Amino acid sequence: MNAIDVHGLVKRFGDKTVVDHVTMSVAEGEIVGFLGPNGSGKTTTIRIMCGLLTPDEGEGTVLGFNIRTDSLMIKREVGYMTQKFSFYEDLTIGENLQFVARLYRLKPVEEYVARTLDELGLTSRRNQLAGTLSGGWKQRLALAACIMHKPKLLLLDEPTAGVDPKARREFWDEIHRLASGGLTVLVSTHYMDEAERCHRISYISYGKMLATGTVAEVVKNAGLTTFVLQGPQLAKVAEELQGRPGVDQVAPFGATLHVVGSDRKKLEAALADVEKEHKGVTVAPGETSLEDVFIQFMSGSKDNMA
Amino acid sequence: MNGIFSFARLGALLIKEFIQMRRDRITFAMMLGVPLIQLVLFGYAINNDPKSLPAALVATSSDPYTRAIVAALQTTGYYRFDHVAQSAAEAEFLISRGDVAFVVTIPADFARRVESGENPQILIEADATDPAVASGAISTLGTVASQALLRAQGMQEAAAEAARGQLDVVVHRRYNPEGISQYNIVPGLLGVILQMTMVMMTSIALTRETERGTMENLLAMPSSPLEIMMGKVLPYLAVGAVQVVVVLAASKLLFAIPFTGSMSLLLSAVLVFVLSLVLLGYTISTIARTQMQALQLTFFFFLPSIMLSGFMFPYRGMPDWAQTFGEIFPLTHFLRITRAVMLKGAELPAVATEIGWLVVFVALFAGVALVRFRRTLD
Repeated sequence: MNAIDVHGLVKRFGDKTVVDHVTMSVAEGEIVGFLGPNGSGKTTTIRIMCGLLTPDEGEGTVLGFNIRTDSLMIKREVGYMTQKFSFYEDLTIGENLQFVARLYRLKPVEEYVARTLDELGLTSRRNQLAGTLSGGWKQRLALAACIMHKPKLLLLDEPTAGVDPKARREFWDEIHRLASGGLTVLVSTHYMDEAERCHRISYISYGKMLATGTVAEVVKNAGLTTFVLQGPQLAKVAEELQGRPGVDQVAPFGATLHVVGSDRKKLEAALADVEKEHKGVTVAPGETSLEDVFIQFMSGSKDNMA
Repeated sequence: MNGIFSFARLGALLIKEFIQMRRDRITFAMMLGVPLIQLVLFGYAINNDPKSLPAALVATSSDPYTRAIVAALQTTGYYRFDHVAQSAAEAEFLISRGDVAFVVTIPADFARRVESGENPQILIEADATDPAVASGAISTLGTVASQALLRAQGMQEAAAEAARGQLDVVVHRRYNPEGISQYNIVPGLLGVILQMTMVMMTSIALTRETERGTMENLLAMPSSPLEIMMGKVLPYLAVGAVQVVVVLAASKLLFAIPFTGSMSLLLSAVLVFVLSLVLLGYTISTIARTQMQALQLTFFFFLPSIMLSGFMFPYRGMPDWAQTFGEIFPLTHFLRITRAVMLKGAELPAVATEIGWLVVFVALFAGVALVRFRRTLD
């Protein structure tokens, strides 16, 4: 049984289709990255999965429960971490955890709270108001609160936005530790390095699911060709390449230039011209990165939120 | 596993709510301070039967008859002659400026007319822009003046005779023989104060969670609409109980309001009333999308309920449609109960219908709130 199995999900707000026939399945124990630009429908899709929104069309199950009818059961088994910190800022860290423990009827409450505080390293600050915590600590508190009841599925909505690299690294180590214990994780993110830490990724853009699979599969299926240019006056070369047939992306990477295109022949023709015109510039085949693929996706789909 | 209701989950919500209430010092102080301040302020300030009103006297002669009438008017307690006008024009100026509420004019030929039995006249002009101010003073006028006149003529017997010969109308001002406004105002204030704080506080209960972003989390966790409603409403019921004790104790200590009825009956009625109020506030909170909207809706409800409930103006003085309209406010029914129980010593059978109405409101508001409650963020 898949932890998440939804198909044909549609959600409209007014005349805008925010989620447009999204189908997704996540196997148990998998960490799936949910990627896409701002306003692409990630949050809405996650909210549908945890029963906070009713889809206009589409069916599906989460942990075997129907997303339309069993939302109370889903809520008990799922840990959902909201994008914006949504615990009580006027309650202390300890009081917030006690509140959550009592709502999930975890007994004894104090034991759960004490253990969670200990794991977080927040025992000494349990009487501090949650509102006075820094971004990184708020995120750790939120994560701790949503895994306290030992959910089977974790839905994380941009959990690492605005968190420093070290805290992010620790966060992901924690996610992998939890997943190795059988927890399924769906995490939305903007960061490419985080996407590469996922078992699989799903890319959604303006409500439509554009790609899904492992990072390697997504890169391969995108069908992009990348060349790396080296030599003098690359800035000028880049300028010339922009807009030539076959050239979709030109991006400087340190002392090199990455040129990406979906039509290999046209791209090669364009680069052959450049090699002739600029002495000393060498062209070598390069590896297409996940970021190249996403930029390609983003420029290829139109914004339906604007 | 009970999906609809669990005491553990309700407990979680209650504890959370009490902690938040305690941390919000200003609101907490207001919940306890406002009732006391309002009770003292309104209790001492509002008087429906004002006495010792400034009056101007226009009298050209100072014969015994004139003096007798002036003295009699002064002893009613309504008139305080602190202006003596030399002319009608001066008196006119005084009353139009609002310096005096009455102008009493006793013509120069008054004494002559009395003595010749020629139908003497005096003129009393009252500033009736506020009818309530003038009514008490005017109602005592006729008998006071004529009896004073008869006595001044040395006709005590005739005065007694006249009194005997008249139709004997006996008026008992029951439950409030001295006509003390506070006896009417203070029990009403109990209702108005409770209504104001309870509805206002609970009306922002859900919108505050939505605005702070905590609603999303609360809905994502296993809590049922019934638990959330009770978790929001019960803490304010407790606050209401404290307010009731404060207001009742103050009415006894400061205003010596008589408690003739059963205290337990009064408290039971108060409980049902407060429950209807917190549920009404909560219902508003399920309708409004922001705290601002919630407060606007609350005020939209306040004014008609205070005006039409019989707190501010006599209920029986309103046209039939307004009386019917007034029935939709819990305050209307509560006022009848408190006044009946506190002042008249009414027993349960006398107020059962009114309590029944309050119970209907409780059920109605709870039902609407549960239906209106959005389990999702749709």
